[in-house]
Amino acid sequence: MDAELEREFDRVVDAEQRIEPRDWMPDGYRKTLIRQIAQHAHSEIIGMQPEANWISRAPSLRRKAILLAKVQDEAGHGLYLYAATETLGADREDLTTKLIEGRQKYSSIFNYPTLNFADVGVIGWLVDGAAIVNQVPLCRTSYGPYARAMIRICKEESFHQRQGFELLMTMMRGTDAQRRMVQDSVDRWWWPSLMMFGPPDEKSANTEQSMAWRIKRHTNDELRQKFVDMTVPQARALGVTLPDPDLRWNDDRGHHDFGELDWEEFWQVVGGDGPCNRQRVAHRRAAHENGAWVRDAAAAYAARRAGSDAEEVA
Amino acid sequence: MSWPLYEVFVRGKRGLNHVHVGSLHAPDDEMALRNARDLYTRRNEGVSIWVVRASAITASSPDEKDPFFAPAGDKVYRHPTFYSIPEDVPHL
Repeated sequence: MDAELEREFDRVVDAEQRIEPRDWMPDGYRKTLIRQIAQHAHSEIIGMQPEANWISRAPSLRRKAILLAKVQDEAGHGLYLYAATETLGADREDLTTKLIEGRQKYSSIFNYPTLNFADVGVIGWLVDGAAIVNQVPLCRTSYGPYARAMIRICKEESFHQRQGFELLMTMMRGTDAQRRMVQDSVDRWWWPSLMMFGPPDEKSANTEQSMAWRIKRHTNDELRQKFVDMTVPQARALGVTLPDPDLRWNDDRGHHDFGELDWEEFWQVVGGDGPCNRQRVAHRRAAHENGAWVRDAAAAYAARRAGSDAEEVA
Repeated sequence: MSWPLYEVFVRGKRGLNHVHVGSLHAPDDEMALRNARDLYTRRNEGVSIWVVRASAITASSPDEKDPFFAPAGDKVYRHPTFYSIPEDVPHL
């Protein structure tokens, strides 16, 4: 029976059709998706923190309104994705618990601190830019609810990247001190942004199976290369230097060559020892615990109203 | 104790059907509607929202082998393309 179901599943996936929530799917497919989508959702939620750091200190009302809208979008993205995991049978409370107990991961990029206001721009340009390169192919991922959530998210990310680039262009037209802030920020975020694509292909444990299931559409290294090629002309337009002496166009390959990433740092941050890992999880935990009374009050109110409705009917 | 799951449907503009956009948790119907507004219509994506408790939805089985949709399968004569009409007959 299972073999027949699996053939049907493979047929749908190979035909570029979508698997939907109540379709039969291999256990591994379900588990992989829950892990990947939850990790993605956690990233959106934790990703609110580095930027929210600057909401109260944004230099103008315009920048503050933009930043608030952006951080609010990240919350929304997290919720779309948690909703997608629930269609696979995951429980949202359980996922939140796993996040604040450090049992599930989120993107390592959010374990770096935002040290000056240019970081808000560079996160929009590089971090959201890298996220878009990662996420656009996921709009065609084989699991329907994930693909649909990603379509919505990608539309909104476009605003995130453009506001970041515009912020940086504004600073680059400003004073020398502002230009130095932008360059300092680019120097700090460039390599971590490249790490967002994950380990090199030969070290990526899940890639092969995920590509067979058409969850993933491109390898980590393919996407990383694409991001570098896209970003170099943008950096030139902006007038900043990407901090890699080995970065240059390779005519033979038709791509940019670039230096080796510091994989030791990558594994260290993934392993929980980045600059802000503890702070990020502690903050998320505090927010969850401090919000308990709101959840309780809303539930109590709903229960009381349901009770009084029942009395009226009786 | 977790809040019940609601499915959310948005009408993009007048004249269109409500379309399923996703789900959310809320303590009651009214909060579900407000949460849906904040979550799914931050950029004027809709003019009307329906929320319904997920537990209130009855769905057909998604199994391809399910005979549920079979009755329509062999009724090709329900489609206009089933009928051949000479090309020189106008307005048909």
